[in-house]
Amino acid sequence: MLEISDLSKSFAGFRAVAEVSLTVDTRQIAAVIGPNGAGKSTLFNLITGHLQPDSGTVRLDGRDITGAPPYRLCGMGIGRSFQRTNIFPNLTVFENLQAAFLVHRGRGRNFWSLAESFYRDETAGLLASIGLAGQEKTIAGTLSYGNQKQLELGLALASDPQILLLDEPTAGMSAGETHDTIRLLQRIAEERALTLLFTEHDMEVVFGIAQKIAVLHQGRLIAEGVPDEVRNDPEVRRVYLGHGLGHGH
Amino acid sequence: MTTETTAPAAAPIGVAREGNWVRRIPWTLIVFLVLATVPWVGSRYDTFLAEQIAIDALFAVSLNLLLGTTGLVSFGHVAYFGVGAYVCGILMKTYEVPFIFAFPAAGLGTALFALVSGYFCVRLIKLYFAMLTLAFSQIVWAVAYKWNDVTGGDQGLPEIPFPDLDWMSAIPGLGDLRTNDQFYLLALAIIAVSLAILHRLVRSPFGRVLTTIRDNPERAAFIGVNVRAYQLAAFVVAGTFAGFAGALYGIFSRGVFADFVFWSKSAEVMIMAILGGMGYFWGPPVGAAVLVWLSQKITAYTEYWPFMLGTILLVLLFALPGGIVGGLAALWNRIQGRRRA
Repeated sequence: MLEISDLSKSFAGFRAVAEVSLTVDTRQIAAVIGPNGAGKSTLFNLITGHLQPDSGTVRLDGRDITGAPPYRLCGMGIGRSFQRTNIFPNLTVFENLQAAFLVHRGRGRNFWSLAESFYRDETAGLLASIGLAGQEKTIAGTLSYGNQKQLELGLALASDPQILLLDEPTAGMSAGETHDTIRLLQRIAEERALTLLFTEHDMEVVFGIAQKIAVLHQGRLIAEGVPDEVRNDPEVRRVYLGHGLGHGH
Repeated sequence: MTTETTAPAAAPIGVAREGNWVRRIPWTLIVFLVLATVPWVGSRYDTFLAEQIAIDALFAVSLNLLLGTTGLVSFGHVAYFGVGAYVCGILMKTYEVPFIFAFPAAGLGTALFALVSGYFCVRLIKLYFAMLTLAFSQIVWAVAYKWNDVTGGDQGLPEIPFPDLDWMSAIPGLGDLRTNDQFYLLALAIIAVSLAILHRLVRSPFGRVLTTIRDNPERAAFIGVNVRAYQLAAFVVAGTFAGFAGALYGIFSRGVFADFVFWSKSAEVMIMAILGGMGYFWGPPVGAAVLVWLSQKITAYTEYWPFMLGTILLVLLFALPGGIVGGLAALWNRIQGRRRA
Protein backbone atom coordinates (compact mmCIF):
# COMPACT_ATOMS: atom_id res chain seq x y z
CA MET A 1 0.00 0.00 0.00
CA LEU A 2 2.56 2.57 1.15
CA GLU A 3 6.00 2.05 -0.29
CA ILE A 4 8.91 4.21 0.77
CA SER A 5 12.19 3.62 -1.01
CA ASP A 6 15.62 5.12 -0.37
CA LEU A 7 14.21 8.31 1.11
CA SER A 8 16.88 10.83 2.18
CA LYS A 9 16.79 14.35 3.54
CA SER A 10 19.60 16.58 4.82
CA PHE A 11 19.44 19.89 6.60
CA ALA A 12 22.62 21.94 6.16
CA GLY A 13 24.74 18.82 5.89
CA PHE A 14 23.00 16.97 8.72
CA ARG A 15 21.39 13.79 7.44
CA ALA A 16 18.04 13.74 9.17
CA VAL A 17 16.75 10.80 7.14
CA ALA A 18 19.15 8.56 5.23
CA GLU A 19 18.12 5.97 2.64
CA VAL A 20 15.06 4.79 4.48
CA SER A 21 13.00 2.09 2.81
CA LEU A 22 9.79 0.83 4.34
CA THR A 23 6.58 -0.76 3.16
CA VAL A 24 3.26 -0.82 4.95
CA ASP A 25 0.68 -3.33 3.75
CA THR A 26 -3.02 -2.67 3.43
CA ARG A 27 -4.80 -2.80 6.82
CA GLN A 28 -1.51 -3.19 8.63
CA ILE A 29 -0.82 -1.30 11.84
CA ALA A 30 2.77 -0.16 11.66
CA ALA A 31 4.87 1.91 14.02
CA VAL A 32 8.06 3.90 13.54
CA ILE A 33 10.07 4.20 16.73
CA GLY A 34 13.45 5.58 17.66
CA PRO A 35 15.13 7.83 20.20
CA ASN A 36 14.53 11.59 20.10
CA GLY A 37 16.09 13.12 17.00
CA ALA A 38 16.10 9.80 15.16
CA GLY A 39 14.24 11.41 12.24
CA LYS A 40 10.71 10.15 12.86
CA SER A 41 9.01 13.51 12.38
CA THR A 42 11.16 14.31 9.36
CA LEU A 43 10.21 10.98 7.82
CA PHE A 44 6.54 11.80 8.39
CA ASN A 45 6.92 15.25 6.92
CA LEU A 46 8.59 13.75 3.85
CA ILE A 47 5.75 11.30 3.35
CA THR A 48 3.08 13.96 3.77
CA GLY A 49 4.61 16.53 1.47
CA HIS A 50 5.57 19.11 4.09
CA LEU A 51 9.20 18.56 3.11
CA GLN A 52 10.71 17.70 -0.25
CA PRO A 53 13.11 14.72 -0.11
CA ASP A 54 16.62 15.05 -1.52
CA SER A 55 16.22 11.63 -3.07
CA GLY A 56 14.00 8.59 -2.95
CA THR A 57 10.34 7.99 -3.65
CA VAL A 58 7.06 7.51 -1.84
CA ARG A 59 4.39 5.42 -3.52
CA LEU A 60 0.78 4.93 -2.58
CA ASP A 61 -0.77 1.87 -4.26
CA GLY A 62 2.00 2.00 -6.84
CA ARG A 63 1.42 5.67 -7.62
CA ASP A 64 4.35 8.05 -7.14
CA ILE A 65 3.31 10.68 -4.61
CA THR A 66 6.78 11.99 -3.71
CA GLY A 67 6.64 15.63 -2.71
CA ALA A 68 2.97 16.09 -3.64
CA PRO A 69 1.44 18.99 -1.66
CA PRO A 70 -0.63 18.09 1.43
CA TYR A 71 -3.98 19.07 -0.06
CA ARG A 72 -3.45 16.62 -2.94
CA LEU A 73 -2.35 13.79 -0.64
CA CYS A 74 -5.45 14.33 1.40
CA GLY A 75 -7.57 13.76 -1.70
CA MET A 76 -5.62 10.58 -2.48
CA GLY A 77 -6.56 8.98 0.80
CA ILE A 78 -3.81 9.92 3.22
CA GLY A 79 -5.05 11.27 6.55
CA ARG A 80 -2.74 12.75 9.10
CA SER A 81 -2.70 13.86 12.69
CA PHE A 82 -0.01 16.01 14.18
CA GLN A 83 2.21 15.77 17.23
CA ARG A 84 1.05 19.16 18.46
CA THR A 85 -2.72 19.22 18.38
CA ASN A 86 -3.88 20.73 15.15
CA ILE A 87 -7.50 21.76 14.90
CA PHE A 88 -9.42 24.95 14.04
CA PRO A 89 -9.58 26.47 17.53
CA ASN A 90 -12.02 29.33 16.88
CA LEU A 91 -14.59 27.24 15.02
CA THR A 92 -17.14 25.04 16.74
CA VAL A 93 -16.62 21.29 16.83
CA PHE A 94 -19.39 20.98 14.24
CA GLU A 95 -17.76 23.53 11.95
CA ASN A 96 -14.39 21.79 12.24
CA LEU A 97 -15.65 18.47 10.95
CA GLN A 98 -18.14 19.99 8.54
CA ALA A 99 -15.38 21.98 6.86
CA ALA A 100 -13.44 18.77 6.33
CA PHE A 101 -16.50 17.14 4.76
CA LEU A 102 -17.16 20.18 2.56
CA VAL A 103 -13.64 20.21 1.20
CA HIS A 104 -13.34 16.48 0.74
CA ARG A 105 -16.61 16.27 -1.15
CA GLY A 106 -15.79 19.16 -3.44
CA ARG A 107 -18.26 21.67 -2.00
CA GLY A 108 -15.63 24.25 -1.06
CA ARG A 109 -16.23 26.25 -4.23
CA ASN A 110 -19.90 26.66 -3.49
CA PHE A 111 -20.11 30.32 -2.54
CA TRP A 112 -23.86 30.73 -2.58
CA SER A 113 -25.57 28.08 -0.42
CA LEU A 114 -25.72 28.38 3.34
CA ALA A 115 -22.94 26.31 4.87
CA GLU A 116 -24.97 25.53 8.00
CA SER A 117 -27.17 22.90 6.39
CA PHE A 118 -24.46 20.71 4.85
CA TYR A 119 -23.45 17.29 6.21
CA ARG A 120 -25.17 17.53 9.57
CA ASP A 121 -25.89 13.81 9.74
CA GLU A 122 -22.40 12.84 8.63
CA THR A 123 -20.89 15.18 11.19
CA ALA A 124 -23.11 13.89 13.99
CA GLY A 125 -22.24 10.31 13.02
CA LEU A 126 -18.53 10.99 12.97
CA LEU A 127 -18.70 12.82 16.30
CA ALA A 128 -20.38 9.79 17.84
CA SER A 129 -17.76 7.42 16.46
CA ILE A 130 -14.86 9.48 17.86
CA GLY A 131 -16.58 9.87 21.22
CA LEU A 132 -17.57 13.54 20.99
CA ALA A 133 -21.32 13.16 20.53
CA GLY A 134 -23.31 16.20 21.62
CA GLN A 135 -20.33 18.55 21.54
CA GLU A 136 -21.33 20.19 18.22
CA LYS A 137 -21.63 23.72 19.56
CA THR A 138 -18.49 23.75 21.69
CA ILE A 139 -15.73 26.05 20.46
CA ALA A 140 -13.00 23.60 19.54
CA GLY A 141 -10.23 25.51 21.31
CA THR A 142 -12.03 25.17 24.65
CA LEU A 143 -12.17 21.36 24.55
CA SER A 144 -9.94 19.38 26.91
CA TYR A 145 -6.62 18.24 25.49
CA GLY A 146 -7.79 14.67 25.07
CA ASN A 147 -10.98 15.79 23.33
CA GLN A 148 -9.00 18.01 20.97
CA LYS A 149 -6.94 14.98 20.00
CA GLN A 150 -10.16 13.09 19.31
CA LEU A 151 -11.42 15.97 17.18
CA GLU A 152 -8.17 15.99 15.27
CA LEU A 153 -8.65 12.32 14.53
CA GLY A 154 -12.15 13.20 13.33
CA LEU A 155 -10.73 15.83 10.97
CA ALA A 156 -8.49 13.19 9.44
CA LEU A 157 -11.34 10.68 9.16
CA ALA A 158 -13.74 13.12 7.48
CA SER A 159 -11.61 12.91 4.35
CA ASP A 160 -12.31 9.18 4.24
CA PRO A 161 -8.65 8.13 4.20
CA GLN A 162 -7.29 4.69 3.40
CA ILE A 163 -4.18 5.23 5.45
CA LEU A 164 -3.75 7.30 8.60
CA LEU A 165 -0.42 8.75 9.62
CA LEU A 166 -0.38 9.59 13.30
CA ASP A 167 2.51 11.52 14.80
CA GLU A 168 2.66 10.57 18.49
CA PRO A 169 -1.10 10.10 18.95
CA THR A 170 -0.80 9.77 22.74
CA ALA A 171 1.79 12.51 23.36
CA GLY A 172 1.04 14.41 26.55
CA MET A 173 -1.76 12.10 27.64
CA SER A 174 -2.32 10.50 31.02
CA ALA A 175 -2.22 6.71 31.26
CA GLY A 176 -6.01 6.56 31.18
CA GLU A 177 -6.30 8.85 28.15
CA THR A 178 -3.59 6.87 26.37
CA HIS A 179 -5.46 3.67 26.96
CA ASP A 180 -8.73 5.16 25.66
CA THR A 181 -7.04 6.65 22.61
CA ILE A 182 -5.45 3.36 21.64
CA ARG A 183 -8.73 1.52 22.01
CA LEU A 184 -10.42 4.19 19.87
CA LEU A 185 -7.74 3.95 17.19
CA GLN A 186 -7.94 0.18 17.08
CA ARG A 187 -11.71 0.24 16.81
CA ILE A 188 -11.74 2.84 14.06
CA ALA A 189 -9.00 1.11 12.10
CA GLU A 190 -11.06 -2.07 12.33
CA GLU A 191 -14.37 -0.43 11.36
CA ARG A 192 -13.00 1.52 8.45
CA ALA A 193 -10.48 -1.04 7.23
CA LEU A 194 -7.71 1.51 7.68
CA THR A 195 -3.99 1.18 7.37
CA LEU A 196 -2.15 2.90 10.22
CA LEU A 197 1.37 4.22 10.38
CA PHE A 198 2.30 5.95 13.60
CA THR A 199 5.23 7.16 15.64
CA GLU A 200 5.15 6.77 19.36
CA HIS A 201 7.48 7.06 22.30
CA ASP A 202 5.38 4.90 24.61
CA MET A 203 6.79 1.42 24.06
CA GLU A 204 3.89 -0.26 25.77
CA VAL A 205 1.55 1.26 23.20
CA VAL A 206 3.80 0.35 20.32
CA PHE A 207 4.29 -3.28 21.30
CA GLY A 208 0.65 -3.51 22.32
CA ILE A 209 -0.92 -2.71 18.96
CA ALA A 210 1.68 -2.62 16.17
CA GLN A 211 1.86 -5.54 13.80
CA LYS A 212 5.05 -4.20 12.31
CA ILE A 213 7.72 -2.00 13.85
CA ALA A 214 10.47 -0.03 12.15
CA VAL A 215 13.31 1.39 14.23
CA LEU A 216 15.07 4.58 13.21
CA HIS A 217 18.38 5.62 14.67
CA GLN A 218 20.29 8.70 13.52
CA GLY A 219 18.21 8.89 10.37
CA ARG A 220 18.77 5.25 9.39
CA LEU A 221 16.48 2.28 9.55
CA ILE A 222 18.26 -0.19 11.80
CA ALA A 223 15.55 -2.80 12.16
CA GLU A 224 12.17 -3.69 10.76
CA GLY A 225 9.83 -6.57 11.45
CA VAL A 226 7.18 -8.07 13.70
CA PRO A 227 7.36 -6.94 17.37
CA ASP A 228 9.19 -10.04 18.60
CA GLU A 229 11.93 -9.75 15.97
CA VAL A 230 12.46 -6.12 16.78
CA ARG A 231 12.43 -6.72 20.52
CA ASN A 232 15.22 -9.27 20.20
CA ASP A 233 17.32 -7.44 17.63
CA PRO A 234 20.79 -6.86 19.11
CA GLU A 235 21.28 -3.49 17.45
CA VAL A 236 17.91 -2.24 18.67
CA ARG A 237 18.74 -3.45 22.16
CA ARG A 238 22.01 -1.55 22.01
CA VAL A 239 20.29 1.70 20.93
CA TYR A 240 17.55 1.34 23.51
CA LEU A 241 19.87 -0.03 26.23
CA GLY A 242 18.24 0.43 29.57
CA HIS A 243 14.91 1.48 28.16
CA GLY A 244 13.34 -1.95 28.62
CA LEU A 245 11.86 -2.50 25.20
CA GLY A 246 8.29 -3.49 25.91
CA HIS A 247 9.21 -5.92 28.66
CA GLY A 248 7.30 -6.46 31.81
CA HIS A 249 3.74 -6.21 30.67
CA MET B 1 -25.20 10.83 -4.16
CA THR B 2 -28.11 11.18 -1.79
CA THR B 3 -25.78 11.30 1.19
CA GLU B 4 -24.05 14.30 -0.34
CA THR B 5 -27.08 16.51 -0.51
CA THR B 6 -27.99 18.83 2.29
CA ALA B 7 -29.30 16.77 5.13
CA PRO B 8 -32.19 17.98 7.24
CA ALA B 9 -31.07 18.81 10.72
CA ALA B 10 -31.83 16.45 13.53
CA ALA B 11 -30.76 19.04 16.08
CA PRO B 12 -30.78 22.56 14.67
CA ILE B 13 -27.64 24.50 15.39
CA GLY B 14 -27.46 28.19 15.91
CA VAL B 15 -31.16 28.88 15.39
CA ALA B 16 -33.87 30.23 17.62
CA ARG B 17 -32.57 30.06 21.11
CA GLU B 18 -34.93 31.14 23.82
CA GLY B 19 -35.67 34.86 23.78
CA ASN B 20 -34.29 35.26 20.31
CA TRP B 21 -37.08 37.33 18.85
CA VAL B 22 -34.57 40.18 18.61
CA ARG B 23 -32.66 38.18 16.03
CA ARG B 24 -35.70 37.65 13.86
CA ILE B 25 -36.24 41.32 13.17
CA PRO B 26 -34.73 42.12 9.75
CA TRP B 27 -32.36 44.69 11.21
CA THR B 28 -30.30 45.17 8.09
CA LEU B 29 -33.35 45.85 5.96
CA ILE B 30 -34.59 48.40 8.48
CA VAL B 31 -31.21 50.13 8.59
CA PHE B 32 -31.11 50.41 4.80
CA LEU B 33 -34.68 51.69 4.61
CA VAL B 34 -33.92 54.30 7.26
CA LEU B 35 -30.77 55.33 5.39
CA ALA B 36 -32.82 55.66 2.20
CA THR B 37 -35.02 58.30 3.85
CA VAL B 38 -32.07 60.55 4.70
CA PRO B 39 -32.45 62.83 1.61
CA TRP B 40 -36.00 63.64 2.75
CA VAL B 41 -35.64 63.81 6.51
CA GLY B 42 -32.05 65.03 6.78
CA SER B 43 -29.99 67.95 5.58
CA ARG B 44 -27.61 67.92 2.61
CA TYR B 45 -24.84 67.41 5.10
CA ASP B 46 -26.59 64.37 6.57
CA THR B 47 -26.88 62.83 3.12
CA PHE B 48 -23.23 63.54 2.49
CA LEU B 49 -22.31 61.86 5.77
CA ALA B 50 -24.56 58.85 5.12
CA GLU B 51 -23.10 58.34 1.66
CA GLN B 52 -19.54 58.57 2.96
CA ILE B 53 -20.38 56.00 5.65
CA ALA B 54 -22.13 53.64 3.22
CA ILE B 55 -19.19 53.65 0.80
CA ASP B 56 -16.64 53.20 3.60
CA ALA B 57 -18.80 50.40 5.00
CA LEU B 58 -18.55 48.45 1.74
CA PHE B 59 -14.82 49.16 1.55
CA ALA B 60 -14.30 47.97 5.15
CA VAL B 61 -16.41 44.83 4.68
CA SER B 62 -14.40 43.94 1.57
CA LEU B 63 -11.19 44.28 3.59
CA ASN B 64 -12.66 42.18 6.36
CA LEU B 65 -13.16 39.28 3.97
CA LEU B 66 -9.35 39.10 4.05
CA LEU B 67 -8.74 40.27 7.60
CA GLY B 68 -11.49 38.66 9.66
CA THR B 69 -12.54 35.73 7.48
CA THR B 70 -9.37 34.51 5.77
CA GLY B 71 -6.80 35.82 8.26
CA LEU B 72 -4.85 37.77 5.64
CA VAL B 73 -3.56 41.14 6.85
CA SER B 74 -3.48 43.43 3.82
CA PHE B 75 -1.80 46.80 4.26
CA GLY B 76 -2.56 47.79 0.70
CA HIS B 77 -6.27 47.34 0.27
CA VAL B 78 -6.66 50.94 -0.88
CA ALA B 79 -4.95 49.98 -4.15
CA TYR B 80 -8.11 48.18 -5.28
CA PHE B 81 -10.35 51.00 -4.09
CA GLY B 82 -8.16 53.34 -6.13
CA VAL B 83 -8.06 51.20 -9.26
CA GLY B 84 -11.87 51.01 -9.19
CA ALA B 85 -12.15 54.77 -8.75
CA TYR B 86 -9.71 55.53 -11.58
CA VAL B 87 -11.11 52.98 -14.05
CA CYS B 88 -14.67 54.19 -13.53
CA GLY B 89 -13.64 57.86 -13.46
CA ILE B 90 -11.45 57.71 -16.56
CA LEU B 91 -14.08 55.78 -18.53
CA MET B 92 -16.85 58.18 -17.54
CA LYS B 93 -14.95 61.42 -17.90
CA THR B 94 -12.35 60.86 -20.61
CA TYR B 95 -14.24 58.37 -22.75
CA GLU B 96 -17.81 59.36 -21.83
CA VAL B 97 -18.77 55.76 -21.19
CA PRO B 98 -22.16 55.51 -19.41
CA PHE B 99 -22.11 54.48 -15.76
CA ILE B 100 -23.94 51.25 -16.47
CA PHE B 101 -20.87 50.03 -18.40
CA ALA B 102 -18.16 51.97 -16.59
CA PHE B 103 -19.13 50.61 -13.17
CA PRO B 104 -18.92 46.89 -14.06
CA ALA B 105 -15.75 47.66 -16.00
CA ALA B 106 -14.27 49.14 -12.83
CA GLY B 107 -15.07 45.89 -11.00
CA LEU B 108 -13.57 43.81 -13.79
CA GLY B 109 -10.43 45.95 -13.99
CA THR B 110 -9.95 45.74 -10.25
CA ALA B 111 -10.54 41.98 -10.27
CA LEU B 112 -7.84 41.54 -12.91
CA PHE B 113 -5.40 43.69 -10.99
CA ALA B 114 -6.21 41.80 -7.78
CA LEU B 115 -5.67 38.50 -9.59
CA VAL B 116 -2.22 39.51 -10.81
CA SER B 117 -1.02 41.21 -7.61
CA GLY B 118 -2.68 38.59 -5.42
CA TYR B 119 -0.94 35.80 -7.32
CA PHE B 120 2.33 37.10 -5.94
CA CYS B 121 1.05 38.17 -2.52
CA VAL B 122 -0.41 34.79 -1.48
CA ARG B 123 2.96 33.19 -2.14
CA LEU B 124 4.18 34.99 0.97
CA ILE B 125 2.94 34.68 4.53
CA LYS B 126 2.14 36.97 7.41
CA LEU B 127 4.29 40.11 7.55
CA TYR B 128 5.78 39.45 4.11
CA PHE B 129 2.30 39.19 2.64
CA ALA B 130 1.38 42.49 4.31
CA MET B 131 4.52 44.19 3.00
CA LEU B 132 3.92 43.03 -0.55
CA THR B 133 0.33 44.31 -0.51
CA LEU B 134 1.72 47.63 0.71
CA ALA B 135 4.28 47.61 -2.12
CA PHE B 136 1.57 47.07 -4.73
CA SER B 137 -0.51 49.89 -3.30
CA GLN B 138 2.47 52.22 -3.42
CA ILE B 139 3.00 51.28 -7.06
CA VAL B 140 -0.62 52.18 -7.80
CA TRP B 141 -0.16 55.46 -5.95
CA ALA B 142 3.01 56.26 -7.90
CA VAL B 143 1.29 55.53 -11.21
CA ALA B 144 -1.71 57.66 -10.22
CA TYR B 145 0.57 60.48 -9.13
CA LYS B 146 2.89 60.48 -12.13
CA TRP B 147 0.94 59.31 -15.17
CA ASN B 148 -0.37 62.75 -16.05
CA ASP B 149 -1.94 61.90 -19.41
CA VAL B 150 -4.27 59.28 -18.01
CA THR B 151 -4.77 59.91 -14.31
CA GLY B 152 -4.26 63.65 -14.28
CA GLY B 153 -1.23 63.21 -12.01
CA ASP B 154 -1.18 65.40 -8.92
CA GLN B 155 -4.08 67.42 -10.34
CA GLY B 156 -6.24 64.34 -10.39
CA LEU B 157 -9.39 63.92 -12.42
CA PRO B 158 -11.87 66.55 -11.31
CA GLU B 159 -15.46 66.83 -12.45
CA ILE B 160 -16.36 63.23 -12.97
CA PRO B 161 -19.91 63.39 -14.31
CA PHE B 162 -22.88 61.95 -12.47
CA PRO B 163 -24.46 58.93 -14.13
CA ASP B 164 -27.51 59.60 -16.26
CA LEU B 165 -30.28 59.46 -13.64
CA ASP B 166 -33.23 60.61 -15.74
CA TRP B 167 -34.81 57.17 -15.36
CA MET B 168 -34.88 57.75 -11.63
CA SER B 169 -36.70 61.07 -12.05
CA ALA B 170 -39.45 59.15 -13.79
CA ILE B 171 -40.13 57.19 -10.58
CA PRO B 172 -42.90 58.91 -8.61
CA GLY B 173 -41.55 60.65 -5.54
CA LEU B 174 -37.92 60.69 -6.69
CA GLY B 175 -38.32 63.31 -9.42
CA ASP B 176 -37.95 66.27 -7.07
CA LEU B 177 -34.65 65.12 -5.62
CA ARG B 178 -31.38 66.80 -6.49
CA THR B 179 -28.98 64.73 -8.62
CA ASN B 180 -26.71 64.30 -5.59
CA ASP B 181 -29.55 62.73 -3.66
CA GLN B 182 -30.59 60.53 -6.55
CA PHE B 183 -27.03 59.28 -6.85
CA TYR B 184 -27.01 58.66 -3.11
CA LEU B 185 -30.02 56.37 -3.49
CA LEU B 186 -28.39 54.56 -6.42
CA ALA B 187 -25.14 54.14 -4.49
CA LEU B 188 -27.03 52.94 -1.43
CA ALA B 189 -28.86 50.31 -3.50
CA ILE B 190 -25.62 49.10 -5.09
CA ILE B 191 -23.93 48.93 -1.68
CA ALA B 192 -26.88 47.05 -0.18
CA VAL B 193 -26.73 44.44 -2.94
CA SER B 194 -22.94 44.18 -2.63
CA LEU B 195 -23.14 43.68 1.14
CA ALA B 196 -25.89 41.08 0.69
CA ILE B 197 -23.65 39.17 -1.73
CA LEU B 198 -20.66 39.35 0.62
CA HIS B 199 -22.81 38.30 3.57
CA ARG B 200 -24.00 35.27 1.66
CA LEU B 201 -20.45 34.45 0.58
CA VAL B 202 -19.10 34.53 4.13
CA ARG B 203 -21.76 32.09 5.29
CA SER B 204 -21.35 29.74 2.31
CA PRO B 205 -19.21 26.58 2.22
CA PHE B 206 -16.56 28.71 0.50
CA GLY B 207 -16.66 31.13 3.43
CA ARG B 208 -16.38 28.26 5.89
CA VAL B 209 -13.26 27.03 4.12
CA LEU B 210 -11.78 30.53 4.36
CA THR B 211 -12.26 30.47 8.14
CA THR B 212 -10.31 27.21 8.37
CA ILE B 213 -7.41 28.96 6.61
CA ARG B 214 -7.64 31.83 9.08
CA ASP B 215 -7.62 29.46 12.04
CA ASN B 216 -4.91 27.07 10.92
CA PRO B 217 -3.54 27.07 7.37
CA GLU B 218 -1.36 24.01 7.96
CA ARG B 219 -4.29 21.92 9.08
CA ALA B 220 -6.50 23.38 6.34
CA ALA B 221 -4.07 21.99 3.77
CA PHE B 222 -4.46 18.62 5.42
CA ILE B 223 -8.19 18.49 5.17
CA GLY B 224 -7.59 18.99 1.45
CA VAL B 225 -7.70 22.77 1.06
CA ASN B 226 -5.52 24.28 -1.66
CA VAL B 227 -4.69 27.18 0.65
CA ARG B 228 -3.13 29.52 -1.90
CA ALA B 229 -5.94 29.06 -4.41
CA TYR B 230 -8.57 29.90 -1.80
CA GLN B 231 -6.55 32.86 -0.52
CA LEU B 232 -6.24 34.16 -4.07
CA ALA B 233 -9.99 33.75 -4.66
CA ALA B 234 -10.72 35.70 -1.46
CA PHE B 235 -8.20 38.33 -2.50
CA VAL B 236 -9.86 38.82 -5.89
CA VAL B 237 -13.37 39.03 -4.40
CA ALA B 238 -12.23 41.48 -1.72
CA GLY B 239 -10.40 43.57 -4.33
CA THR B 240 -13.39 43.64 -6.66
CA PHE B 241 -15.77 44.94 -4.02
CA ALA B 242 -13.19 47.50 -2.89
CA GLY B 243 -13.10 48.55 -6.55
CA PHE B 244 -16.87 48.98 -6.58
CA ALA B 245 -16.63 51.11 -3.44
CA GLY B 246 -13.90 53.19 -5.08
CA ALA B 247 -15.90 53.67 -8.27
CA LEU B 248 -18.84 55.03 -6.25
CA TYR B 249 -16.50 57.18 -4.19
CA GLY B 250 -15.03 58.87 -7.28
CA ILE B 251 -18.46 59.97 -8.43
CA PHE B 252 -19.53 60.90 -4.90
CA SER B 253 -16.42 63.10 -4.47
CA ARG B 254 -16.88 64.54 -7.95
CA GLY B 255 -13.33 63.62 -8.81
CA VAL B 256 -10.56 61.03 -8.41
CA PHE B 257 -7.29 62.12 -6.88
CA ALA B 258 -3.97 60.44 -6.09
CA ASP B 259 -4.69 61.03 -2.39
CA PHE B 260 -7.36 58.32 -2.64
CA VAL B 261 -4.68 55.68 -3.01
CA PHE B 262 -2.24 56.93 -0.42
CA TRP B 263 -1.22 54.15 1.97
CA SER B 264 -2.65 55.84 5.05
CA LYS B 265 -6.12 55.11 3.61
CA SER B 266 -5.36 51.41 3.95
CA ALA B 267 -4.66 51.99 7.63
CA GLU B 268 -7.87 53.98 8.00
CA VAL B 269 -10.06 51.23 6.57
CA MET B 270 -8.25 48.69 8.72
CA ILE B 271 -9.00 50.80 11.78
CA MET B 272 -12.68 50.82 10.78
CA ALA B 273 -12.70 47.04 10.62
CA ILE B 274 -10.92 46.60 13.95
CA LEU B 275 -12.93 49.35 15.66
CA GLY B 276 -16.24 47.80 14.63
CA GLY B 277 -15.08 44.24 15.22
CA MET B 278 -13.52 42.02 12.58
CA GLY B 279 -15.08 38.91 14.05
CA TYR B 280 -18.52 40.10 12.92
CA PHE B 281 -19.88 40.75 9.46
CA TRP B 282 -21.53 44.00 10.60
CA GLY B 283 -18.52 45.08 12.64
CA PRO B 284 -16.70 46.98 9.88
CA PRO B 285 -19.81 48.98 8.82
CA VAL B 286 -20.33 50.00 12.45
CA GLY B 287 -16.66 50.94 12.62
CA ALA B 288 -17.02 52.98 9.41
CA ALA B 289 -20.06 54.82 10.78
CA VAL B 290 -18.40 55.60 14.10
CA LEU B 291 -15.13 56.69 12.55
CA VAL B 292 -16.65 58.90 9.85
CA TRP B 293 -19.02 60.50 12.33
CA LEU B 294 -16.29 61.04 14.90
CA SER B 295 -13.86 62.50 12.40
CA GLN B 296 -16.51 65.00 11.29
CA LYS B 297 -17.44 65.94 14.86
CA ILE B 298 -13.94 66.11 16.19
CA THR B 299 -12.39 68.03 13.31
CA ALA B 300 -15.05 70.67 13.92
CA TYR B 301 -13.58 71.29 17.38
CA THR B 302 -9.92 70.49 17.09
CA GLU B 303 -7.24 70.04 14.50
CA TYR B 304 -5.76 67.17 16.45
CA TRP B 305 -7.90 64.50 14.78
CA PRO B 306 -5.02 62.02 14.31
CA PHE B 307 -4.21 62.39 18.00
CA MET B 308 -7.82 61.74 18.97
CA LEU B 309 -8.00 58.82 16.56
CA GLY B 310 -4.94 57.27 18.14
CA THR B 311 -6.36 57.70 21.63
CA ILE B 312 -9.73 56.21 20.69
CA LEU B 313 -8.04 53.25 19.08
CA LEU B 314 -5.82 52.68 22.08
CA VAL B 315 -8.75 52.69 24.49
CA LEU B 316 -10.79 50.39 22.27
CA LEU B 317 -8.02 47.86 21.76
CA PHE B 318 -7.70 47.41 25.51
CA ALA B 319 -11.30 47.90 26.60
CA LEU B 320 -13.07 46.17 23.70
CA PRO B 321 -10.78 43.64 22.03
CA GLY B 322 -13.72 42.35 19.94
CA GLY B 323 -14.48 45.85 18.67
CA ILE B 324 -17.73 47.72 19.23
CA VAL B 325 -19.93 44.93 17.91
CA GLY B 326 -17.95 42.37 19.91
CA GLY B 327 -18.51 44.43 23.06
CA LEU B 328 -22.23 44.76 22.35
CA ALA B 329 -22.54 41.04 21.68
CA ALA B 330 -20.81 40.25 24.98
CA LEU B 331 -23.12 42.66 26.79
CA TRP B 332 -26.17 41.15 25.12
CA ASN B 333 -25.11 37.62 26.08
CA ARG B 334 -24.65 38.73 29.67
CA ILE B 335 -28.15 40.24 29.78
CA GLN B 336 -29.60 37.09 28.25
CA GLY B 337 -27.68 34.94 30.72
CA ARG B 338 -28.96 36.96 33.65
CA ARG B 339 -32.53 36.77 32.43
CA ARG B 340 -32.30 33.01 32.12
CA ALA B 341 -30.74 32.59 35.54
